[in-house]
Amino acid sequence: MSDRFTKGMARNIYYGGSVFFFLLFVGLTVDTVTAIPERENRDQLTESVANGKAIWENNNCVGCHSLLGEGAYFAPELGNVFPRRGMGNEEIFKAYFTSWMNAMPTNVPGRRQMPQFHLTEEELENLADFLIWTSRIDTNDWPPNIEG
Amino acid sequence: MKYQSQAVAKPYFVFALILFIAQIVFGLVLGMQYVVGDFLFPEIPFNVARMVHTNTLIVWLLFGFMGATYYLVPEETQCELYSPKLAWILFWVFAVAAVLTVIGYLAVPYAVLAKITGNEYFPTMGREFLEQPTITKIGIVIVCLGFLYNVGMTILRGRKTVVNMVLITGLIGLAVFFLFAFYNPVSLTLDKYFWWWVVHLWVEGVWELILGAILAFILIKTTGVDREVVEKWLYLIIAMALISGILGTGHHYFFIGAPEYWLWIGSVFSAIEPLPFFMMMLFAYSMIKQRRRDHPNKAAVAWALGCTIMAFLGAGVWGFLHTLAPVNYYTHGSQITAAHGHLAFFGAYVMIVLAIISYAWPQMKGRLCNSPQAQRVEILSIWVMCLSMLAITLLLTAAGVVQVMLQRMPADGVALSYMITQDAISSIYWARLISGVFFGLGIALYLYSFVIAQRTHHLAPALEQPR
Ligand code: HEC
Ligand code: HEM
Ligand code: HEM
Ligand SMILES: [Fe+2]
Repeated sequence: MSDRFTKGMARNIYYGGSVFFFLLFVGLTVDTVTAIPERENRDQLTESVANGKAIWENNNCVGCHSLLGEGAYFAPELGNVFPRRGMGNEEIFKAYFTSWMNAMPTNVPGRRQMPQFHLTEEELENLADFLIWTSRIDTNDWPPNIEG
Repeated sequence: MKYQSQAVAKPYFVFALILFIAQIVFGLVLGMQYVVGDFLFPEIPFNVARMVHTNTLIVWLLFGFMGATYYLVPEETQCELYSPKLAWILFWVFAVAAVLTVIGYLAVPYAVLAKITGNEYFPTMGREFLEQPTITKIGIVIVCLGFLYNVGMTILRGRKTVVNMVLITGLIGLAVFFLFAFYNPVSLTLDKYFWWWVVHLWVEGVWELILGAILAFILIKTTGVDREVVEKWLYLIIAMALISGILGTGHHYFFIGAPEYWLWIGSVFSAIEPLPFFMMMLFAYSMIKQRRRDHPNKAAVAWALGCTIMAFLGAGVWGFLHTLAPVNYYTHGSQITAAHGHLAFFGAYVMIVLAIISYAWPQMKGRLCNSPQAQRVEILSIWVMCLSMLAITLLLTAAGVVQVMLQRMPADGVALSYMITQDAISSIYWARLISGVFFGLGIALYLYSFVIAQRTHHLAPALEQPR
């Protein structure tokens, strides 16, 4: 590297640049945190949805599935499973979801397996509410189609 | 090795390699479950094997960073480590916590683990990479604090070089951003938003400081190039890393519910993120070209140079491939992500840890380097691991392209479902599994090089006695 570009200059770019961009990032974060409630419909985040999130976490569903594109890639995306399997109807979806969860594992030889989690009816209701609520988050139109 | 206390790096390196082996064994289980879906089911469901695979990866890298720090800081500060005893105590605390956590994953269903560790009182579990019970997370924080205290006190007493200042800044950042693992709001979008403050701000932020510092140390030692030059490069690399990487976090905020402006900010800044990785490659190459001495540890130099190349490919090229929002719209959460994740983690962080082990291990055994025979085997193992990891990456990329074309691009009704698409890709997954077996053979060869080094130690140049 040229001698006119000194170590001191490199150091100043490092300090100045990282402090500047970190502060900018914090500023944008404040704006984002303010904008999120509307985009995710915080008013519809009921206690059942909150319980659903806890059940989702306690059973590590994200270890096989992705949710809004994040997680594992071994099983179907679930951020839009409500429109995919419930066709926008909460009753249909809950019926489908309950029977799905109770039918696991399929035990089809060689097919990828999902465990039986032994969840109560109420827990299944909570999980379904959580997935329905999630599907309504404004995700800038992701995923591209119903298959997720 | 110039200082007695540098030897506390040894147990850290040994335990790192043990976890590395475990990581790959479980990687192979995962690879098998991708093609034979009921393999080891219900004993080890996919999510359990995946937690073991990714958590052992992160933790062995942390052990590697700690070992590297204990080795490098006394030499840079030119004084003994503040407390080798504390380093040993923390080693055992961390190792026992890691083993217990893995046993917990394997022994009981995850929900039971959550219950017995009281997750309901302080819920932090069940999120990708942060699956550890809350109590394990608290243990990690305690270990990090003790570690930073020990290293900080050493640096305060001794010479403050740019290398150790950058290293400790990275390590402090690592500990600080890990604290976001304890923030788990009921809002999924907020949860995801701050989850990335751990994951992205680690690998594309503060870990790059640690990587840069270890790389600079190895290059100073093996090439004898003037510190001034090395330090200028190091500052410039980490400057670019943070300038691009902080706002680059936005490439994870496209589709999780965050505002639309992230589509632009994330795309633009993360498009610059390959630059620091490119500079690391230039840095290593130009230091080796300007070298003032030929260090006999060729294997360590090969790891270090290879690290910069593979990191540039994995993070720089494969990262750029899917980082622009219009591309990421189709590739988000597909096998393309897995391809990138593997090559980036391997190239940048696995290889830098193996590089410092390669440099430090012979010295801790009283040799300047290993015998030429041992080094030949080690360098062969580098090639086997790098080529099989490249094969894994290329195959997953192919799988991702097929997945995007069949499942993501077609319109509703025409697009194939996730499961049918996976069936269509299964032959590629078989090839990935075979490449994974070759990767395992690469590790076996690597470990074998330690055996040869031991057997042929009389053929290796000796080191001057530690002070
Ligand atoms: C061990 C891996 C694994 C875990 C853990 C897991 N799943 Fe699954 N899941 C699968 C697989 C594999 C399929 C596809 C099964 C099939 O098509 O035969 C699936 C399918 C589903 C489907 C149907 C998706 C669709 O498009 O029809 C739903 C709903 C679902 N899982 C919900 C859950 C929930 C909720 C949890 C957590 C309580 C969970 N899963 C945990 C593996 C898993
Ligand atoms: C040093 C080598 C390796 C590293 C650094 C590594 C790293 C990782 C990382 C970071 C993830 C999470 C990926 C993501 O979320 O995008 C992962 C998942 C995975 N790894 Fe590895 N891995 C390695 C070796 C292997 C090997 C040898 C195999 C098997 C052949 C393997 C198979 C898998 C599988 C199947 C997953 C799960 C992907 C999914 O979620 O569907 N890995 N690994
Ligand atoms: C060594 C540095 C890096 C490592 C270890 C790394 C690792 C990873 C991992 C493991 C993931 C998957 C996370 C998950 O499971 O959800 C990921 C995602 C991603 N990375 Fe990196 N990465 C690095 C650098 C980069 C760089 C430099 C870029 C851009 C140029 C980049 C772009 C991305 C993008 C866009 C995603 C999101 C993929 C998706 O939408 O599914 N990464 N990275
Ligand atoms: Fe990132």
